[in-house]
Amino acid sequence: MARNEHITQNIDWLTVLIYAACVTMGLFNVYAAVYNPEEQTKLFDLSNSAGRQLMFIGTGVFLIIAILVIDHKFWEAFAPIIYGFCIFLLLAVLVIGSDINGSKSWIKIGSFSLQPAEFAKLGTALMISKFVTQPNVNLTKFRDLLLTAGIILLPMLLIILSKETGCALVFASFMVVLYREGIPGIYPSILLISITLFILSLFFSPLYISLGLVVLAIIIFRFVLPRYDRNRKTIINLSVIFGAMMLFSASVDFLIKNVLQPHHRKRIEVLIDPKADPMGKGWNVIQSKIAIGSGRLWGKGFLDGTQTKFNFVPEQHTDFIFCTIGEEHGFVGSAAVVLLILGLMCRLIFLAERQRTRFARAYGYCVAGILFFHFLVNIGMTIGLMVVIGIPLPFFSYGGSSMWAFTILLFIFLKLDAQRPFTLSRT
Amino acid sequence: MSENRKFFVYGLFVLVGIIYLIRLLYLQVLDNTYETASNSIRAIPDVPMRGQVYDRYGNLIVYNTLVYDLYVTPNKLKVADTLALCNALSITRADFDSLMKAAKVYSRKKPSLFLRQLSKEDFAHIQDVLVDYPGFEYVKSSVRTYSAPTLAHALGYVSEISQKQLDAQEYPYYRQGDLMGQSGLEKFYEEYLRGQRGVRYVMQDVNGVAKGPWKGGELDTIAQAGQNLYTSIDLEIQQYVDSLMQGKAGAVVAIEPSSGEVLAITSAPSYDPALFATRDFSKNYAKLALNPYRPLLNRAVMGSYRPGSTFKTVQALVAMQEGAISPGSIFSHAGAPMKCHGHGGLSGVHSAIQWSCNPYFYHVFRRMIYANTEKNTFKASAMGLRKWHDYTEKFGFGQKLGIDLPSEALGKLPNVEFYDKWYGVNGWKFSNIYSLSIGEGELLITPLKLANLAATIANRGWYIAPHLVKGIGKNDNPLPEFKQRHETGVDRRYFEPVVDGMEMAVVRGTVSRGAIIPDIVMCGKTGTSQNKKGKDHSIFIAFAPKDNPKIAIAVFVENAGFGGFAAAPVASLVIEKYIKRHVDRKAYEQEWMNKNFLQNVIIPKSQLPKPKEQKPAPTKPEATIVNREKAAFNKLTEAP
Repeated sequence: MARNEHITQNIDWLTVLIYAACVTMGLFNVYAAVYNPEEQTKLFDLSNSAGRQLMFIGTGVFLIIAILVIDHKFWEAFAPIIYGFCIFLLLAVLVIGSDINGSKSWIKIGSFSLQPAEFAKLGTALMISKFVTQPNVNLTKFRDLLLTAGIILLPMLLIILSKETGCALVFASFMVVLYREGIPGIYPSILLISITLFILSLFFSPLYISLGLVVLAIIIFRFVLPRYDRNRKTIINLSVIFGAMMLFSASVDFLIKNVLQPHHRKRIEVLIDPKADPMGKGWNVIQSKIAIGSGRLWGKGFLDGTQTKFNFVPEQHTDFIFCTIGEEHGFVGSAAVVLLILGLMCRLIFLAERQRTRFARAYGYCVAGILFFHFLVNIGMTIGLMVVIGIPLPFFSYGGSSMWAFTILLFIFLKLDAQRPFTLSRT
Repeated sequence: MSENRKFFVYGLFVLVGIIYLIRLLYLQVLDNTYETASNSIRAIPDVPMRGQVYDRYGNLIVYNTLVYDLYVTPNKLKVADTLALCNALSITRADFDSLMKAAKVYSRKKPSLFLRQLSKEDFAHIQDVLVDYPGFEYVKSSVRTYSAPTLAHALGYVSEISQKQLDAQEYPYYRQGDLMGQSGLEKFYEEYLRGQRGVRYVMQDVNGVAKGPWKGGELDTIAQAGQNLYTSIDLEIQQYVDSLMQGKAGAVVAIEPSSGEVLAITSAPSYDPALFATRDFSKNYAKLALNPYRPLLNRAVMGSYRPGSTFKTVQALVAMQEGAISPGSIFSHAGAPMKCHGHGGLSGVHSAIQWSCNPYFYHVFRRMIYANTEKNTFKASAMGLRKWHDYTEKFGFGQKLGIDLPSEALGKLPNVEFYDKWYGVNGWKFSNIYSLSIGEGELLITPLKLANLAATIANRGWYIAPHLVKGIGKNDNPLPEFKQRHETGVDRRYFEPVVDGMEMAVVRGTVSRGAIIPDIVMCGKTGTSQNKKGKDHSIFIAFAPKDNPKIAIAVFVENAGFGGFAAAPVASLVIEKYIKRHVDRKAYEQEWMNKNFLQNVIIPKSQLPKPKEQKPAPTKPEATIVNREKAAFNKLTEAP
């Protein structure tokens, strides 16, 4: 078709620009994180992480070109097959996966390791987008909800089995797209309330939370509800809801103390008080906060960071890359990164909303949601607001699998967006 | 309907973004606690080489030897053949295992000390072998090395700074583990010898492993090497003195009168200074500290003795200056409570010095004390003693002379207040204090002060504070206080009868005949310092030649008896050796080198070896102890 001569035609350059900015900043910060003044670390050297990151970015460009060349209908049409392939990989990794850092989630191909869990996000995003936008699917129906939950929970379960709990939690981000596509508001509410209660349970004993909930219920009944609603039926409903909440907060306490594995429990305890274990799990949080805090307003300057080098912050070129940014570029730099990612997410929502196909819109929400979850958890943990969950900061953290997965994820959406003028109507 | 939900999504994103921005603002700008918690920059001190010590002719006395400390990092260690490694290091397998265990206990990731102070030769031997064993690394270090086993007391020693010293320092220069001069010159000139430590700021990783300079070394300071000390010690004479003092307890101080420079300073018994420069420092120190002859005590500056008859020179000078007597005064023996040694007729001060006549000096001191118009004998005594004290004090008695060695003893020169306190105001008079006249009673001096007295007499009236260091680093001058002339206030002409008396004492007086030096006119004065227990200490002060003296000396030999007997021969041999650079009286020299007076030394009961350590010797237990100690002492001094 003549209209498709330029593969970059109609592409959203603002998003591409933000992407390029993130990837470039990420590369330099990975370089800074692994920079060793004694060895004169070279950027163009595959023996160090920065060199490899550069290679991942370079190969990422080929992936982008490939995605832009492939017909946009491919993704919608092949979504179930891609999803199936991801499930297959997740199953395979349980059998042939290599042990890295205690989790069996990597497939080794030659000298490179592939993490199927990163790509499973992509497959699931496509599958969800396709499924929920089918004309006969109604997210208010229980049967369709169950199927949707199945699509999300299957890869999640497999990832948990390969001991990558952090990566599995990312799948909670699909709540964003489900919310936009019409899932009853009760479900996201339950999720938010659960998270809130969970966090509160960490800090307060179930008894106080229950007391607070009773007070809250009385306030709602007496002052919030309209007079005509204050009937027996409402009382029963409120009692059931708040009773469930109390039960939940009590069970969190039990869960943490009896069900969670020790290393998970430690991570949660550390969130409450990092100094409880300053040389163990709390180490990450304390060191990360020291590194970011020592950056002050303007930072110490590129390559002049002292905390983020030399392994003070563990995994600081991967999951804790934000420390390097915070230390070397200060508040100015870290705020810029926060605003950049925030801008990207909002831009994606904006683009998603202007799509003419429901699939493209849903997929856009998927991408924004996944980015949001990573943003929320990754930056949150480095500044001591979130539990330490080992997930990367998109486009910044070192790692081939995550770099490629996020690039593909983003550019599929940009490809869909570029086809928008040629799509006639919403289906 | 779900169209509006996009606003909730926007809202959620923006809300989290704002929370995170506020949190970052707080962490990075508002809260200061994280700024100071920097833990990745480490200051590594760059310790310079300590200054060397030379003798007056430029011979090295103390220098530094490069040694190697071997460190091991257990995690990096790869040993294919432990036995071969043990052989190379010449340690046993058991040693290796215990050293490795200690290293692992300290840290598996950080280097810990494995073998300390390997000599260059030992290190050269194992250096090639070590290449095959990753995990070993070495650090260059240095130890104090001595060209001769002498001068232990004067040089002092260097050891790791103690916690107490760390806490006490005014300016926080030293750190844990730093070496510091602990006694002698090493302590006195510590600030010159140590140089200026440099600091390198290095970045380190979480395991404390250095990772290169911080800020490119912008803030680093370069270490400045310690300054050398050029002493006035004559190393040859010093060792000669040591050999003469073998088998004796006591001290010898020899001074060049015109400059106050110390030529030799010995405290016997002594020890090899190298004993304190090894890794066995504490073991050796403990051993010496337990030795009943107290070899660690620097008798030359810390030993307190009564000056005995040597003090008669001062009495004569002071009394003549005051006008209480004249050079030709003659006194009879009558009325004096002490006896005389028997001699011919006296014809004045010079012959009284020559024969060291006790009654004569009783009368001299009596005249001195009562040389005023006060009728009340108590008040007159106080007035007289005050005047006497003012004179004597100018010779440096009862105070520190200020030699460049730490812990110089004050000695004691009793004054009016002292006796007032003892007897009550106006409760004492001459008859209570007359023993001062012959250098006994409440007087206490150190060998150094008597050597200074000899120098003062040699100079006929003045002295320069004795000192060992005449040049520091590039500066050829000693410290300014060692250029200052101290006047005694006694006229030069009053010294002549004293000097004449000292000359005659050697030729035909109290000094044994053997002490006469062929071709050299030595002026000397014997002294016998009485003890409550045991034999008297033998004291002798001398200078030579009589005109334009080159050397003044004080010799103390503990429990050796009469002054002219033991101390004078030692002094005369040292003087001959110093002036002629050789000794003609070989037999005499040999005789005095071999003399042993240690068996006379009374060991305080608390210093005696515990009874269970004694061999059963019911008949003569005392002698057994002495012999045992003698054996121990000989063992001690024969160390290279």
